[in-house]
Amino acid sequence: MSATQNKTGGMHPTTTGPLSFGSVKPNQGLQNAAKKSRADIIGELSASGMKGRGGAGFPTGVKWNLAAAAQDSTKYIICNADEGEPGTFKDRVILSEYSDLVFEGMTIAGLAIGARQGIVYLRGEYSYLRPLLEAVLERRRTQELLGDNILGREGFSFDIAIRMGSGAYVCGEETALIESLEGQRGEPRNRPPFPVDTGYMGHPTVVNNVETLAWAACILAKGAAWFKGIGTDKSTGLKLFSISGDCERPGVYEFPMGISIAELLREVGGEDAKAVQVGGASGHCVPAKCFARTLAYEDIPTGGSIIVLGPGRDMLGIARNFLEFFVEESCGQCTPCRAGTVKLLEGVELLQEGKCSMKYLRELCALGETMQLASKCGLGQSSPNAFLSIVKEFQDEIMGRTDLAAAGKE
Amino acid sequence: MLVTEQDALRQEIKAWGDMYGRDRTALIPILQEIQRKHARISEYAMQIVADMLDIHPVEVYGVVSFYSFLDHKPKGRFVIRLCRTISCDMHDKDRVARQLQNDLGIRFGETTPDGRFTLEWANCIGMCDQGPALLVNDHVFTRVTPDKVHDILEGCRRAMGVHAQEQMQEHLV
Ligand SMILES: Cc1cc2nc3c(=O)[nH]c(=O)nc-3n(C[C@H](O)[C@H](O)[C@H](O)COP(=O)(O)O)c2cc1C
Ligand code: SF4
Ligand code: FES
Repeated sequence: MSATQNKTGGMHPTTTGPLSFGSVKPNQGLQNAAKKSRADIIGELSASGMKGRGGAGFPTGVKWNLAAAAQDSTKYIICNADEGEPGTFKDRVILSEYSDLVFEGMTIAGLAIGARQGIVYLRGEYSYLRPLLEAVLERRRTQELLGDNILGREGFSFDIAIRMGSGAYVCGEETALIESLEGQRGEPRNRPPFPVDTGYMGHPTVVNNVETLAWAACILAKGAAWFKGIGTDKSTGLKLFSISGDCERPGVYEFPMGISIAELLREVGGEDAKAVQVGGASGHCVPAKCFARTLAYEDIPTGGSIIVLGPGRDMLGIARNFLEFFVEESCGQCTPCRAGTVKLLEGVELLQEGKCSMKYLRELCALGETMQLASKCGLGQSSPNAFLSIVKEFQDEIMGRTDLAAAGKE
Repeated sequence: MLVTEQDALRQEIKAWGDMYGRDRTALIPILQEIQRKHARISEYAMQIVADMLDIHPVEVYGVVSFYSFLDHKPKGRFVIRLCRTISCDMHDKDRVARQLQNDLGIRFGETTPDGRFTLEWANCIGMCDQGPALLVNDHVFTRVTPDKVHDILEGCRRAMGVHAQEQMQEHLV
């Protein structure tokens, strides 16, 4: 149990399987990077094939390359530690146990793109981690791993500041995050322009997930070939999964990309699951008949949230919980999302009351598809996913319900 | 608000301005400090911040109203936020919710008349492997069961007693 966990008194340690982060030599990646040219650092990352671990899966090497190519004397590296997707807690574990690796990754990114300032955007719910993180940063400054002429490399200057979120899920979206850092409401911007071009304060900015940055440090330490040798062709390397719900051993696990859902369930003791929600509230519900499918960008992509749904779970209740989440967290800027999430939630309530016609259910599905296309940001584009997949896979279960009527609530 | 309190608040906000700067990027860090210290951001405080950063008070209000951890209305000394998202929901968060309401005598969204406790819902707080989870201000409690609710509340009351004593001692010296 780490110090922070003790201090809060009421928190239990998270179960973790063995994680590679524990076996990488501290600052090896940074030392290797400091001896390389910028192009070679980015080349190493590109060769690893790593894609962003925050969910969207954009190739990290390409992102760094775009920011490196941008002409500007001021650039930023932002670590997205807003971890708000329901069912995700891997970034909390990484920040609690391996924050050095994350800061190392940020510093390498700074060198690669020519940024001197890094910012960690830490969700307000993780405030208790801040003293620990500040202490690690302070230590890194005294070790000359942050500051001017890092590791003796002339002109390699980089420092990291921590900024707190204030309880808004949408601020995990990279442009909303930047708005928030600039002192605005966390409302997503139109993209393009992308942050690599016009980011924080209008300067080129790389926004990367906590885990992406930690792996970047590992890749520079162990080499691209090591990472590329694991996983599948299109989804290379290792990935952390946050596993919760109806299983015997919930926790944070490291698996190679491309692991099947069935294998994963065996590892965590959830073989009897009826379905698995992959990717959190914004992800997809995968029924047992599809457990041979794999967690990979080419099959089912995910930021790593896995919620195991046991045999007795009411799928409509799950859909309802997710939609309540989105009604609450929609920033309200665009109509498909603002109005659509409310309509879908009302639809689920009708279904729970056993009062939804097939015709209306089809209309709701059409609405969901419109939201996927017409919403301004990823929140509205993905909020109908869970509803749509539950309707598709569990239609029989959700239609013609009599449970509420039987319970005398009608 | 007393004139002396207004002055004190003004001084405090100025000091935070010195710390975080006086441009727009300083807005949220300053508001977070005010929220932490005063458990709310009053209209008066918003006005001072707006003047200091040279922006319209409506801009400040717009930001305060957007973020769920920033509040215009007064909150209790302890804000209890129970996670209602899926994994905690699947682990009986409803029973914990009921017990919180029983022991505090308030419903969600309300503050106890003595101003000590505010009860709210939270969305996933990243403790899904240990649900039901709740936050008391910055502190996390996990695997909360209805019978543990009382202990958590007593812990807060004790912390407040200690805090009150500390404050008295500060005044004595
Ligand atoms: C509504 C919404 C919430 C998001 N929340 C997070 C988050 O909490 N953490 C994160 O790393 N990415 C989040 N993202 C994805 C980011 O926009 C961005 O793609 C990511 O930080 C890029 O980092 P990566 O390439 O390293 O994955 C979110 C996206 C959306 C649309
Ligand atoms: S999709 Fe939703 S969260 Fe995204 S900009 Fe539109 S209203 Fe805001
Ligand atoms: S669902 Fe409650 S902490 Fe994540």
